[in-house]
Amino acid sequence: MNLTTLFLANWPAIARSLATHIMLVVVSVGLGTITAIPLGIVLTRHRRFAPAVLAVAGMIQTIPGLVMLGFALVLLGIGTVPALAVLTIYSILPILQNTYTGISEVSPAYTDAAKGIGMTAMQVLFKVELPLARETIISGIRISTVYIVSWATLAGMIGAGGMGDWIWTGLATYNTGYILIGAIPSALLAFAFSAALGGLQRLLTPRGLRRQP
Amino acid sequence: MIEFRNVTKRYGAVTVLDDVSFTIKSGEFVVVIGPSGCGKTTTLRTINRLIEPKPGTVFIDGKDVTLQSGVELRRSIGYVIQQIGLFPNMTVEENIAVVPKLLKYPPEECRTIVHDLLALVNMPWDEYAHKYPNQLSGGQQQRIGVLRALAASPPIVLMDEPFGALDPVTREGLQEEVKRIQKKLKKTIVFVTHDMDEALRLADTIIFMDKGKILQMASPEEMLHKPADTLIKNFLGRHIEEETPSAPKRAEEFMKKRVYTVNENVKTLQSIERMRKREVNSLVVIDDEERYLGTVSIEEIKRRGKAGRAVSEYLNTDTLTVNRNSDAKEALDKLLASTENYVIVLNDDRSVAGIITRTSTAKALGEALWGEIEA
Ligand SMILES: Nc1ncnc2c1ncn2[C@@H]1O[C@H](COP(=O)(O)OP(=O)(O)O)[C@@H](O)[C@H]1O
Ligand SMILES: [Mg+2]
Repeated sequence: MNLTTLFLANWPAIARSLATHIMLVVVSVGLGTITAIPLGIVLTRHRRFAPAVLAVAGMIQTIPGLVMLGFALVLLGIGTVPALAVLTIYSILPILQNTYTGISEVSPAYTDAAKGIGMTAMQVLFKVELPLARETIISGIRISTVYIVSWATLAGMIGAGGMGDWIWTGLATYNTGYILIGAIPSALLAFAFSAALGGLQRLLTPRGLRRQP
Repeated sequence: MIEFRNVTKRYGAVTVLDDVSFTIKSGEFVVVIGPSGCGKTTTLRTINRLIEPKPGTVFIDGKDVTLQSGVELRRSIGYVIQQIGLFPNMTVEENIAVVPKLLKYPPEECRTIVHDLLALVNMPWDEYAHKYPNQLSGGQQQRIGVLRALAASPPIVLMDEPFGALDPVTREGLQEEVKRIQKKLKKTIVFVTHDMDEALRLADTIIFMDKGKILQMASPEEMLHKPADTLIKNFLGRHIEEETPSAPKRAEEFMKKRVYTVNENVKTLQSIERMRKREVNSLVVIDDEERYLGTVSIEEIKRRGKAGRAVSEYLNTDTLTVNRNSDAKEALDKLLASTENYVIVLNDDRSVAGIITRTSTAKALGEALWGEIEA
């Protein structure tokens, strides 16, 4: 059977898997973002903890996905929740790192001026630091998303669905067609997310900070 | 009015401000100068509580600054820094209006403020309001930096080496502008620099600091004439050498010493003879003790003079005179205000010391500028 026929024959199921996959990515990166940005901000306020926290986050990142999933399986059982937990943890580091770096790299000239003219700490953060760090932070989210699109194929192993289902079935039955049905849309999804976030990044970069044509 | 009362600031064992006390009057342009690391920035940032001194108190208009929140205090004091610090994500208009917005001024008022301020520095609103800082030159950026500090009409503006990073021509332009704005809007400005030229040009009062202490607080003139310390003298350097010989201040420095006199008893014909010989048309009349009496002119004698009469009968006593030690400016003002061609300079005993003419004035000024001049 050629790939196109296989694809068309299984289209509704593929679409369902894709939807699940997207859900896994969006929810875990979303959760990762709302954890990582505040944590990154806190780190810039307590810089002496930053190296330790970033080192720990980096270490977690290097734990192989399968090992992580194993833990999640033991602790949380089978299904969507353990998958999301693992993916969320993986999504944190790039965003955390970029938030911390982005804010740290805001020139003291701006924060000093902001404080000097009477902004509160919150105003300095929201009016100056975050806008100036925005490009870097979104770039962290983008890196994270592309990662998670591929990590999410592992979720199929613990019954969370997604494109991973096709890949694992294909591997188990030596069916290259199934593997490709899982792999190709995943790759395209990674591209699509990356492009969308790239656009968002450009859109949200304050005009005064955009590179001059 | 800003008052420092026994202000000290330490970082660990290092004393950065050492029991500093001074008072700055409202409307005064005060320049804080001194070697790098002497505590200028610390002094400035203590005024708006970016730095909290301990011990010591800072008063603004008699009120201890710590009675107000730091944020509120800073919104009521302008602040300009060397790195400019315009927010790159905001337009010129947004940057200028930052503080009014923090203070919740209505939008129309913010707009008016931006309009008026841009007009003040000749940057048309249409052309600049919507530009971003990275589209402006360094000088234009710092102009906007200054306007941002002025936007909420603070009576006090603090400036920390605001023009330090600009090229000399731009810097001079901005110095003039700031001085003009300060006079026009009657601001109290505390301005930090390490450039003595800038200090002399701008200051009503200079505070000279070293190692966390004030070495001298004085007007530029006083500091030039009586520097309180060799360090200050070194800072003033060429200004001292230049200033002293180049500014003849007393009347005698503008006069020429050769004056053609005539005794009051000399007869008319003889005096005319003397004028012809000297190629002048008047003589200074003195008495037997050589004291000044007045002048006599050739026209006057020709008009009503009779042969054989003494010149004292045709005396003009309205001629301008000044004491040789009096301020030269007085003599020059007199000379310029009258139709007379000269001012007679007298010694304390009223004997004639010299004469200031337009030529002698030009010569004295020329010599001050270019050295000895052949007459
Ligand atoms: N936060 C700080 N911690 C320790 N030392 C400081 C700190 N800020 C300033 N200093 C020291 O205080 C001294 C005065 O600094 P500053 O007021 O910035 O000098 P200036 O502006 O005259 O060059 C310097 O020796 C500087 O190193
Ligand atoms: Mg300084």
